[in-house]
Amino acid sequence: MSSIKLRASAKDGVTTVKSLISHPMETGTRKDAKTGEKIPAHFIQEVVCTHNGKTVLTASWGAAISKNPYLSFSFKGGATGDKVGLSWVDNKGEKDSGETTVN
Amino acid sequence: MKRRIFLKGSLATGALGVAASAGLIIPRASLAAWAKEAFEAKDVNSALSGLFGSSDLTASDKIRIKAPDIAENGAVVPISVSTDLANVESITIVAEKNQNPLTASFALGATALPDISTRIKMGKTSSVIAIVKSGGKLYSTGKEVKVTIGGCGG
Repeated sequence: MSSIKLRASAKDGVTTVKSLISHPMETGTRKDAKTGEKIPAHFIQEVVCTHNGKTVLTASWGAAISKNPYLSFSFKGGATGDKVGLSWVDNKGEKDSGETTVN
Repeated sequence: MKRRIFLKGSLATGALGVAASAGLIIPRASLAAWAKEAFEAKDVNSALSGLFGSSDLTASDKIRIKAPDIAENGAVVPISVSTDLANVESITIVAEKNQNPLTASFALGATALPDISTRIKMGKTSSVIAIVKSGGKLYSTGKEVKVTIGGCGG
C-alpha cells in the first residue's frame, strides 16, 4: 500500500492538491521510553510534485515537519483527467511515489 | 542486510541522477542537494545563509501566515503561508526557537501559486517566520505561536 494519499481538484483554472504521507518523521532527538536510547532520525527530506510530468513544486523538509506530513498547494492550469504526481525521499534513502488524476 | 542498504542507497542516487539529467529537477544550486548545513543550523541566520547565501530579510506586509495563536500540541501546528508578491521563487518556513529552526523550504515551479499549507513541530513558544524569495530578494514576516506542550520530545 502506498504511503501517499493524494487528491487534486480543478476549479476556475486553478488545481488544488492535498496530500498526506504516512511517515514517522523522527527527529533523532526523541528517546525510547523503555530503553532510554535515542531513536535515530528518520524523516523525509525532499518532496517533488508534478503536473503531467512537469515539476510544479519541490519541497525540502527538515525533521520538524509533523509526523504523517500534510501538504497542500495549488497551481495554475490543470483540467479534469490531468495527472498529478508526488514523490518523496527520506534521509535513509527510502522513497515512494503516488499519482492521481485531477477531478 | 548491509547489502540491502547499499542497494537501496545506490538505487536512490541512481534515480536522482536520472531525474536530474531528464530535467525534472530544477537546476538551482539550493536544490541540487538537500541543504544539510542549513537544516542542521542552530540559529536562524546561519540557516538562512546556508540556504540562500544571505540572511538579509526585508519585512513585508504582503506575506500572510495562517497559524494558531496558541498551539495545544506542538507536535502538530498547522501553518499556511501565502503572499501577494509577484515572481515568487520559494517559500521557506522557520520556527525561530526550534533546535534546528529551518523547517521547510518550497521551491515553486512556473505554474505553482504562492500558497502552501503544511503542519510542523514546535519545541516551544516561538515566532514562526515565513520567508518568500521573490525577484532574488528575501521578504519575511513573522507570527508568534504559543506552544503549551512541546513537540520535539527529549
